[in-house]
Order: sequence, then structure tokens, then C-alpha cells
Amino acid sequence: MKDNKSIWKKITGSREASLLIVLIILCVVISFRSPSFMTLKSITDMLKNNAVIMIMTLGMLGVLLLGGIDISIASTLAFSGMTVGMLLKYNIVENAFLLFLIAIGLGALCGLVVGLVIAKGKVLPIIATMGFMYIYRGLAYLIGNSQWASAENLGEFKNFALGKVLGINNVVLIMLLCYVIFFIVMKWTKIGRKVYAVGSNREAAAISGINTSNVELMVYTVMGTLAGLCGALAVAVYSSAQPNMLYGKEMDVIAACVIGGVSMTGGRGSVVGAFLGSLILAIIAKALPLVGIDSIAQNTVKGVIILVVVILNVVTQRVMDKNNLKGREM
Amino acid sequence: MKKKVLSVLLCVAMVGTLAVGCGSKDEGSDSKADAKTEDTQKDDAGDSGKKTYAIVTKAAGNPYNEKEAEGFQEVIEAEGGECIVKHPEAATADAQVSVIQSLISQGVDSIAIAANDENALQAALEEAMDAGIKVSCLDSKANADSRQTFVNQAGVTEIGQALMDAVLDITGGEGQWAILSATSQAANQNAWIDSMKEIMKDDKYSKLELVEVAYGDDEPQKSTDQTQALLSKYPDLKVICAPTTVGINAAAKVLQDEKSSVKLTGLGLPSEMAEYIGDDDAHSCPYMYLWNPIDVGRLGAYTSIALVDGTITGAAGDQFTAGDMGDYEVVEADDGGTEVILGAPFKFDPDNIGEWKDVY
Repeated sequence: MKDNKSIWKKITGSREASLLIVLIILCVVISFRSPSFMTLKSITDMLKNNAVIMIMTLGMLGVLLLGGIDISIASTLAFSGMTVGMLLKYNIVENAFLLFLIAIGLGALCGLVVGLVIAKGKVLPIIATMGFMYIYRGLAYLIGNSQWASAENLGEFKNFALGKVLGINNVVLIMLLCYVIFFIVMKWTKIGRKVYAVGSNREAAAISGINTSNVELMVYTVMGTLAGLCGALAVAVYSSAQPNMLYGKEMDVIAACVIGGVSMTGGRGSVVGAFLGSLILAIIAKALPLVGIDSIAQNTVKGVIILVVVILNVVTQRVMDKNNLKGREM
Repeated sequence: MKKKVLSVLLCVAMVGTLAVGCGSKDEGSDSKADAKTEDTQKDDAGDSGKKTYAIVTKAAGNPYNEKEAEGFQEVIEAEGGECIVKHPEAATADAQVSVIQSLISQGVDSIAIAANDENALQAALEEAMDAGIKVSCLDSKANADSRQTFVNQAGVTEIGQALMDAVLDITGGEGQWAILSATSQAANQNAWIDSMKEIMKDDKYSKLELVEVAYGDDEPQKSTDQTQALLSKYPDLKVICAPTTVGINAAAKVLQDEKSSVKLTGLGLPSEMAEYIGDDDAHSCPYMYLWNPIDVGRLGAYTSIALVDGTITGAAGDQFTAGDMGDYEVVEADDGGTEVILGAPFKFDPDNIGEWKDVY
């Protein structure tokens, strides 16, 4: 009896656990209706097709932890992706590794500028990134100059998304690697804990000697870096670079964070939560066409599922807070 | 102090960007603006000046629209007219409305527009027609009340027929096939799909089974999900037909990467699809169709010219000569307006893709 209670407490005591349960229920229901869902190939396909969103969710986690927001990321991605596409189209750079470095560097630069305006210029994040959303998207159009890069222009570069290391697709591997690195950094390093400290109480963090604006600058730079990386990845995955790529997808990234229990007001959220959140979003996108829901109803169903998961998450949080409070009273 | 310096710097930067922005635009539009003023003067003098023809595409940054405008400009300039090319910054009706309004105040003689929305442009286009401007649509139409005529890149039935025959040919006459479309509201795609369903009622196609119409919303990511879902839901699927450029590209990539036996056809851009077109098993698309955007632009230009010089009024039965493209007739359109049909869609196969991929 006591054991039962403690398991129950564990489940209600952790947002991640409740997400995991949602995830398992989703998977069971889907594989019941479509047995091909739970195959290795199908899962790899899904992860590959959603890797870009999943990676950017990590950066957004950092931004949201500080109570900020960044809606310029899809534009940064398009800018770096178009740059990679154009470099390949006109045969300026052909080395895949170098192209990735360029994309990452460009993304970091974009993120740094955003960070400077927000952290040093004290502009509200939503306003600043709204401006940069247009600027970077515009730059993507400018650098493309009314041209697209298609599969044929991309030469060897597009094979990157098909390659495998140790049986795992390259793109999926990069995504997993990002998650491992972030998990370690956010949990066990000084810098990761600083983000949480600033996010939960900025004044207290400042008094205890943390340079809060530097932490803010770093978070947006990291976000930009990841968006830049994803620009190159998206070009490889879809074998196509167009200036409107991933238009509006910043909302999916924010949704993934919210599903994963990351608080929009800062201070709350974990890498595991971000992973589960973006995974749930990916599964929904993959499964809706599979289980035979009418195409035109899919977006509505997607929205309903997101809401249900978030509400469930909030309820769990309340129960958790209540339990914690009880503990204190006793 | 620091703040003051910063704000001064910001101001300088802002003025700088403005100056640079204006500077680069001036080079292009200066001559046009000058020519325009000259035009009005000449018009005042004796109505012998050059006519001004404007084309409004769907949005900037798209090679297809670019080619369309290129064809339009080429004809207008060859015929001795003044051409204004406008690419709205976004593919929305709003962006087009403001472009139309600026063209009205410039006093152009004609506007040819690829409408981003069938109904939302009505007020702006009616205002233009009231101002004596000849309004035609090309590529994508506005409703019958908003235009004098419409240059249709390919008749709905012609496209439906070409795609159905391609499906019949590639499946070998029987089997399952599916459609991967854009959004469920896309007017063009829905008309083509309806037409294909109509044509399919013929006995010739009786052994074909259309299993699903999937919508990829013209997003690579969603189109990829939809294609993979089609593959795992229907193991016996033989052909996917994607009458949208984004969808066909995403589907081609999925099929070719998976070395699937499922084949693909539809409507796609040659430059985007060059990698996937081929007869052997290593390529996912044996052949596909599209119209030639340069020709759409050229026919649009001849139509504008004919409207302005009064050869046609946009009524059904009007006839005009479109330079070396031959003779065209204005016919009734399904929506109660009129249209000029360019012709059957153009087939891109392994033999000609090499030359077309560099064109657009």
C-alpha cells in the first residue's frame, strides 16, 4: 500500500513522468491503429523529419528559462540555409564540414546581435525578435536573389542526411548529441545552473554576483547558433533551399517547449521535458495522417491534443505544488 | 553619456540604411520614373506617348514569378511599351492591394495580376477599372467582377487529362494511386483534382483506384510526413500524383531516398525536379508537367496590349494575335467571367529536362 502510494506520488510529483505517460498512451493508441508506426524505420523517419524543430527546442528552452522569447529563429534558419544553398549553387564552397561551420557561425552571429539588443539594449525580447524575424527573413530573400537551390545544385551535401554512423542516421545523431550536451550542461555545469538562477529570480542572481545580462546574451547566441546549424540540416534533409523555408515554425518550437512543461515566465523547465515535448509534437505530426484522420481535420486535432497535454501538465504542476506545500506544513 | 552615444549611433545607422535602401532602388526605378513623367507630358500634348503596362506577381523571391515577369517585360518592351514589374513582399492579398493602389495613382494603362486571393482584391481592382485601367489576371485569377479577362496557364480539363493519362501510363493501366495536394483550400489544386475525378469515370480508367487525397500544405516537412504515411498505409500503391511544386519535390525526395517502387508524377518546377526525373529505377519521377511561365507572361503581355489598344474588350468571342505565339480567342470561363487559355501543359521528361532545368 505504501509502495503504491509512493509510485503514485512519484508520477504526480514529476511533470516529466506525466509527459512520459502521455507519450506511451499516444504510441499505444497509434500502433494499435497503424502497426507500421512502431518500426525502426518509421521512428527514424519521424526523428529525421522533426530533427530541426527538436534541436531548436533546446535553444528555446534556454530563452524561455530566462522568461524571454525568440520568434526570429525560423528566419535565422532560413538565412543560414539560403546561404548554404547559394554557396553550393554557385560552387563557392563544396565541403560539407565547412558549410556546416559557416551555417553555425552565421547563426551565432545572428543570435549574438539579437542578444546584444535584448541584453545590452534592454529591448523587450518579443519586440526585438519580431524585428529580427523580418530582418533575417529579408536577408534570406536578398541572398537568394529570387533563386532557389534545388537537389541538383546540392551535390554531395544532400547525402549527409542519408548517411549513417553506427546505424543511426547522421541528422538524428546530431540531434541526440545536442540533447546529451545540453542535458549535461544544464544539469551539472555552473553555466547551466546560472541560467536557472537568473530565470527564477533575476535580482537575487544579480546580488549573488551573476552577470545577468551576460547570461542573457549567451542564451540568445546559443539559440542563434542552433538555428544556424538547423539551417544547414534543413537544406540537407529536404534537398532544397528556399527563402520561405520553415515559415512560421517558431510557433511549433515554442509549442514543443510548452508541452514539455517549460514555463513561459521563466525559471521552470528541463532538457528532458523539452525532449519529451518535441517528441510528442513530432509523433502527433507523424501519426495524424497514419491513423486515417481526415486531412482537413488534422490541424484541429493537433491543436486539441496540444491543449490537452498542456492542461494535464498544469494540473500535475498544481498537485506537485500542493504536495510540496503539505510537506512544508507538516 | 553612454546611452546618448548609443542612440546617436543608432540614428546614424537607421538613416544610413534608409539612404542605402533608396540608393539601390533608385538605379532601377529612376529611369522608369523619369520615363513616366515624360509619358504624362506627352499624353497631355497629343496622346502619342508610350503606354505603360504593369505586371503584379504573387510575391518576391520565387523563380517562377520571376520568369513570368521576364516574359511579360520582354514582349512589352519589344512592342515599344513601358513595363512596370511589381513583386509584392509577401504572397498575400494585402500586399497586392497596396501595390495596385500605387499603380492606380501612377496612372498606368493596364495591370496584369497573378491574384493571391480570388475575392479580396475586388475593391482595389474595381477602383483600377473605374480609373480606366485595363485589368487582366494571369496564372491565378481574381473573381469575374474584378477582371476583364484571365490568361489561364492551362485549362483545368487539359491539366486533369494530362495527369490522368500520366497516372494510367505509369501504373500500367491498373492499380492503386494517391494524390498529394497543397492545402485543402487551394483553388487551383482542387479544380484539377475534381477534373481528374471526373475524367476517371471513363471506362479506360476503371481499373485505377484512387485511395486517398492527402494534403501537405505546401510545406516540405508536412508533405514528407504525408508521403511516408501514404507509403506505409498502402503497400500496393503504384503512383503518387502531386499537382503542386512543393509537394512533388518533397515526395520525390522521399521516394528516391527510400528506393521505393512507387513512382511519381504531377506538376513541378524543372530546376527543382531535375535530380529526380529519369526512366530507370534510381529516379522516382518518369515525367511530369508544368506550363511555361515565360509563355504565361508573354501571353499576358499580348493580352494587356490587346486590351489597351482596344482589339479586345475581354468579352467571349474576341480574337487577337499574340505575336509569334499565334492567334488566341477569349472564351467563357467556369466562374462566369472570360479567359484566354495558353494551351496544354508542357511535358518534362528525361530527354528535355537537361535543357529546361537551367531555364526555371
